[in-house]
Amino acid sequence: MAMTMTGEVMLSATRDVVWAKLNDAEVLKACIPGCEELNKNSDTEFQAVAVTKIGPVKARFKGKVQLTDLDPPNGYRISGEGDGGVAGFAKGGATVTLAEQEGGTLLTYNVEAQIGGKLAQLGQRLVNGAAKKIADEFFKNFAATMQPASA
Amino acid sequence: MSATGIGAAVRRKEDIRFITGKGQYTDDVIRPGETRAVFVRSPHARAKIKRIDTAAAKAMPGVVGVLTGAELAADKVGGLICGWMIHSKDGSPMKMAPHPALAAETVNHVGDAVAVVIAETQAQARDAAEKVKVDYELLPAVSDPAKAKNGPQIHGVAPKNTIYEWSLGDAKAVDSAFAAAKHVTKLDIVNNRLVPNAIEPRAALAEYDSGTDQLTLWNTSQNPHVARLVISAFVGIAPEHKLRVIAPDVGGGFGSKIFIYPEEVVCLWAARKVKRPVKWTAERHESFVTDAHGRDHITHAELALDEHGKILGLRAKTIANLGAYMSTFSSSVPTYLYATLLSGQYDIPQIYCEVDAVYTNTVPVDAYRGAGRPEATFVVERLVEVAAREMGIDPADIRKRNFIKAFPHQTPVIMAYDAGDYNASLKKAMDLADVKGFNKRKRESARHGKLRGLGYSTYIEACGIAPSQAVGSLGAGVGLWESAEVRVNPTGSVEVLTGSHAHGQGHETTFAQLVSERLGIPFENVSIVHGDTDKVQFGMGTYGSRSGAVGMSAIVKALDKVEAKAKKVAAHMLEAAEGDIEFKDGKFTVAGTDKSAAFGDVALNAYIAHKFSGQELEPGLKETSFYDPTNFTFPAGCHICEVEVDTETGKTEIVNWTAVDDFGTVINPMIVEGQVHGGIAQGVGQALLEGVVYDKDGQLVTGSLMDYTMPRAHDLPSFKVGTTETKSPSNPLGIKGCGEAGAIAAPAAVINAITDAIGSEALTMPATANTVWTALQRAKPRAAA
Repeated sequence: MAMTMTGEVMLSATRDVVWAKLNDAEVLKACIPGCEELNKNSDTEFQAVAVTKIGPVKARFKGKVQLTDLDPPNGYRISGEGDGGVAGFAKGGATVTLAEQEGGTLLTYNVEAQIGGKLAQLGQRLVNGAAKKIADEFFKNFAATMQPASA
Repeated sequence: MSATGIGAAVRRKEDIRFITGKGQYTDDVIRPGETRAVFVRSPHARAKIKRIDTAAAKAMPGVVGVLTGAELAADKVGGLICGWMIHSKDGSPMKMAPHPALAAETVNHVGDAVAVVIAETQAQARDAAEKVKVDYELLPAVSDPAKAKNGPQIHGVAPKNTIYEWSLGDAKAVDSAFAAAKHVTKLDIVNNRLVPNAIEPRAALAEYDSGTDQLTLWNTSQNPHVARLVISAFVGIAPEHKLRVIAPDVGGGFGSKIFIYPEEVVCLWAARKVKRPVKWTAERHESFVTDAHGRDHITHAELALDEHGKILGLRAKTIANLGAYMSTFSSSVPTYLYATLLSGQYDIPQIYCEVDAVYTNTVPVDAYRGAGRPEATFVVERLVEVAAREMGIDPADIRKRNFIKAFPHQTPVIMAYDAGDYNASLKKAMDLADVKGFNKRKRESARHGKLRGLGYSTYIEACGIAPSQAVGSLGAGVGLWESAEVRVNPTGSVEVLTGSHAHGQGHETTFAQLVSERLGIPFENVSIVHGDTDKVQFGMGTYGSRSGAVGMSAIVKALDKVEAKAKKVAAHMLEAAEGDIEFKDGKFTVAGTDKSAAFGDVALNAYIAHKFSGQELEPGLKETSFYDPTNFTFPAGCHICEVEVDTETGKTEIVNWTAVDDFGTVINPMIVEGQVHGGIAQGVGQALLEGVVYDKDGQLVTGSLMDYTMPRAHDLPSFKVGTTETKSPSNPLGIKGCGEAGAIAAPAAVINAITDAIGSEALTMPATANTVWTALQRAKPRAAA
């Protein structure tokens, strides 16, 4: 089942800072909701494990994440596929573009994904809603890393 | 008519048990030491299984066993089969692909099972199932039946994914009829795919007794004996005499529980392997991807008429989607249960139908309430309605001009209708529906900005399935008779063991009414036993509206024998000649005298056997019958649907529904009315709400009740229900059957009504608000201004 999602978020940091964080496995790991592991195979390839709960289906997705179309500091394409076992699978990607704006950087994302199995059975509305929530949470976390550390 | 006999609206005996939570369903059966099974299912529509790693799952707490398709194959457990042979036009047999209960090499639809995890508890089995690691190599899939022939080949045995290319009728004669026609009506029709959604999900519990080498299966089956036969003869799990199948209370079937499914086979196999009882109960999401779906036809149909609207010929070309594997009776549904009904209630001299059945990477498709006959009725009733509109003939008049009026009537598509009065049901329905007042109501609706439409469906079905010799000649692998055993106890109470199976139909009530009427004993003194192969002699089960016409006829035949035997006993008791004994109202009387014996006394004497010697008469009073019908039965009737369509939103409201059905003899009018109500609800569901959507990759988009809409009470009006009666001459009671009528009649009535309202024939099912609104935009209706 195909799923698309677009959005943008304003970040209070320079484009170079945002770009660096987007390529930092530790930052990504801290920001991805439910992320248990994010190990770097190379600068552009990660091995990830994330736990997601959508409606009645809870799944631990294991998969590869790849960064392609790298165009520092303007953006990249992040793509991957995850096997959620009995819950099904998800694969897809997002193009992320960064634009300098007054007071920070505007991040725009455009997601296209395919999901299958029990997850797809949950239905478009539930999955889209859950995906949007996950994305919102990720960018909320990501925006928070732009603030100076309070500790 | 007695208060509890034939024709009495007796309250259903079984309902007390059901509504107070005392029903005993398969999931309620608990065996000592039972384990729970959870299946690992494919998330892909088509893929090669490269590797299955069960090690982590096996190490999980509570796990008793993890079994895969490779082990099933190694144990030489046979695959599932389709039991009705269909031959293509060229004489070649249908292309039945292997259907292992657990896939070992490739998966062919989302939900195809690849492994089973058995654990102490359901939660442990579920947790462990998440640890089963399956490596798939994705393969291209095809889900659209229209594209199946050009899609990737799913099974080696079936090039172009074609199972058969079948035809019925005389193509040349039909072509000549069309050449002579003054008017031809053409329609493209999609009969939407449906998910059955019985309220009780399927379940199976298997237990192996190593002491006796006996396997017992409790399952949600509409026909436990057929399940036992197939599982022993084809799957080869156990010989028939070592396998007991019990289908206890079953909460709805609608056809979906006729079939033999992978899960019950796996539970039986696993119970012997893990040496513990194994239970599986489907979750609703599994029902969506494993219960055989219904319908799914794409049809082009044409009707040829003369200048007076008399039908000269009909031709149809249908693609039937049978899904990823051939389910138990799937081949018969779009052939002998479909094309044979394309004559409808009409005298049509020539009919020709071609059906191409195809594989796709979707859940298997098989019989669902009506099975083939709703699809046929939809084709015929849409064609006739549209022809009337195109020719400017009143839709009731065109029907009357073409109705079959003399019986028996041989159609050009096998069926020989034996009795009916189609004018009578049409006329009664038109009176009940106040068709005369429709134009006034339409003007009233227009004043409120609504479009009002009226649609007819004068349907026919072939029920009382079926004469064994006839279906055998058409390819059926089984006979379709029914059996009954009537056991009269020494105290005069009676048990009837029937091969019919009840899963909502109320047999415990109607069958008892028959016995009560016939033997003159209280209704409460009769109990009906069914659904257990160790108790009941044999049976073909319940589907195709056959339990009244065939199942009860078997009881009648057994009762005839009971009466004959009881008369012999009474003759000895009353010291009279057997020929002088009369039986009436529960009493045996010596003709012309006041000497009599009550039924209970005769029963007692049959068992104590003091009044006759063993040479004169065998003791006991228990008789069996295997009844084979002489013909199908042909329930028919007229449904009239009246709708109001909101032009702003496209929302359709059914404002009136009239159903006048001819079911022959009615045993219990209340139960019959209930069957009509339920059938209409399902038919309206198909017409307005229900529709399976697969995406192009074979993912089921409508995979839960959030995206698949079932009809609810507020979608339906109060129905006006009436009956007419012509008795079926093909069985002793004159019964025709009522279980499927509503679902067969309703979709055409709804769509005829909406298209009448909006003035456009281009409307697909389900006619949701969005679909109707879109059609309205195209049609630019008259009343929208």
